[in-house]
Amino acid sequence: MSDGNDSLGAPAALTGTSARLAESSSLLARLLSARQGGFALLLATVLLAPLFMDGLYHYDLAVLIGINAIIVIGLNLLVGYAGQISLGHAGFFGLGAYTSAILTARYDWPGLLALAASAAFVGLVAFIVAKPILRLRGYYLAMATLGLGMIIYLVLTSESWLTGGPDGMDVPPLVVFGRPVMGEQTWYWIVAMILLLTYWLALNLIDSPVGRALRAVHGSEIAAATAGVDATGYKVLIFVVSSALAAAMGGLYAFYSGFITPSSAGFLHSIHFVVMVVFGGMASIVGSLVGAIVLTLLPQMLTVFADYDALVYGLILMLVMIFMPKGLVPTLASWLRRSR
Amino acid sequence: MFAEFLQYLVTGVTIGAIYALVALGFSIIFNASHVINFAQGEFVMLGGMSAVFLLASGIPLPAAVLLAVLCGAVLGIALYKLGIAPARHSDPIPLIIITIGAGLALRGIAQIVWGKGFHSLPAFSGNEPIGLLGAVIMPQSLWVVGTTCVVVALLAYFFNRTRLGKAILATSYNRDAAQLMGINTDMIMIVSFALAGLLGAVAGAVVAPITFTYYEIGVMLGLKGFVAAVLGGLGSFPGAVAGGLVLGVTEAMMAGYISSHYKDAVAFVLILLILFFMPTGMFGKQSAERV
Repeated sequence: MSDGNDSLGAPAALTGTSARLAESSSLLARLLSARQGGFALLLATVLLAPLFMDGLYHYDLAVLIGINAIIVIGLNLLVGYAGQISLGHAGFFGLGAYTSAILTARYDWPGLLALAASAAFVGLVAFIVAKPILRLRGYYLAMATLGLGMIIYLVLTSESWLTGGPDGMDVPPLVVFGRPVMGEQTWYWIVAMILLLTYWLALNLIDSPVGRALRAVHGSEIAAATAGVDATGYKVLIFVVSSALAAAMGGLYAFYSGFITPSSAGFLHSIHFVVMVVFGGMASIVGSLVGAIVLTLLPQMLTVFADYDALVYGLILMLVMIFMPKGLVPTLASWLRRSR
Repeated sequence: MFAEFLQYLVTGVTIGAIYALVALGFSIIFNASHVINFAQGEFVMLGGMSAVFLLASGIPLPAAVLLAVLCGAVLGIALYKLGIAPARHSDPIPLIIITIGAGLALRGIAQIVWGKGFHSLPAFSGNEPIGLLGAVIMPQSLWVVGTTCVVVALLAYFFNRTRLGKAILATSYNRDAAQLMGINTDMIMIVSFALAGLLGAVAGAVVAPITFTYYEIGVMLGLKGFVAAVLGGLGSFPGAVAGGLVLGVTEAMMAGYISSHYKDAVAFVLILLILFFMPTGMFGKQSAERV
């Protein structure tokens, strides 16, 4: 994790001046570190953003950014830290969305219970497939997760009696304590709170023994196992956590938008999540935020290109990956460090 | 009963031959560069689409198909030169995203130039069905299977008998060693991407009279070609052909005997089962990991 600690945290100083310098730079380091500074910055952004938002459309975008950011943080734990690619995360997102929708719309479950049940159900599905899937490496793992996502997508498309088929289905609003959660602004604060919580938990997880174990597994699975790390266990754990998180966000998204289609579970949507991770920077939680912000806004901005939007979007992806293969945030961070 | 089986088999082998061509494209690029080219399906789409529109511009069918195939090769080279070569030293994941971006851009171009509608290409030699033991074969199916056989034979000759083909194989085994032996590995990359583009365009052009073609046809064909390649063990040429045929026939049998409802899911269920029990595909090499 390139949070600036290693480069800015000065070693013990010898003279008074440099001691003071070191003190101020360690304060700077703390502010620049993803853990405290990043959290404070995120908190400030979340609190101040409404001052600059004009109309419901902006709130709508902010909610979408938040939902994507939460999923991408979870996915980054799996892809960036544990080094396990998933090309099927939209499958879990869609499955969570549909489970929540079906339980509330067809079986009259209370919304929050349905949301919890969908996260638990998808977590269970992920747990069952995790062991055989995570045994695979590299491209075979990519293929298996892709296949899993596609199967979920095709089931959601085909079982029209339950899901409404390719046309999608309506979702009743989320009712909490007898009152429906309505309005972009309310949703903004809900999603913002979950985002802050996810960000904080993710950073703590990375600095915990679990996080170190995950990075060890990323470095070399066999070496990690030799050192006594339960590589499979940790991989399964993070796979289940990131899948359940995607499912919960899928459920939340379903309640928020009131309407879902199977394409929410589709391959292109999965690719979208992975691209957000890589675009922002693998193994960088700040990068995940940036990736989610940029790539949620980009298609909206590209609508000015009308028919050319897909072409321009594809070209931008190519250019960023050619010139910043490590992703936006790590590349910018290393430029900053070099220019110092 | 037998006629029914034969009919499904014919359908399966026809579509399987297309999957095999797409899978070969995946394997050739994977061998040369260790990149999964997610734009392979777009080569197929552009092969079919450019054949349709070259024909519409007044060029006779055989010339239109040949030109479309050449377009595919040029496109392959362009993908390498503009997308992969500048980022050659990156990790696999950014490279994969570059190919995904290229695929999106190509779909975008196709949508701008040719619209979102479906287009059809006339069959190469008429639509008079041929009867065989109670089953019916469309002449275009023979074109598909025949073309694939010729392509596979040519590829086998190319890789086993020619200097350039052997140089490509050598590069795929060990790039540095190949370079030390005086092989121009940059040239090898260009040839590999051109071959993959060409194979994709061939597949797209011969299948267009059967399936129609439109700007998004490459998405599913590309994914299934990838499944076929992994099914046979990524990078193995006989594996790619076998994987394509197994996938095509399984799909046709499932659709025929059980339900066509989940026709598209067959590929993905099959690959998950295979990977669960044979983690490196049917013909994949076992590899040991260094620590």
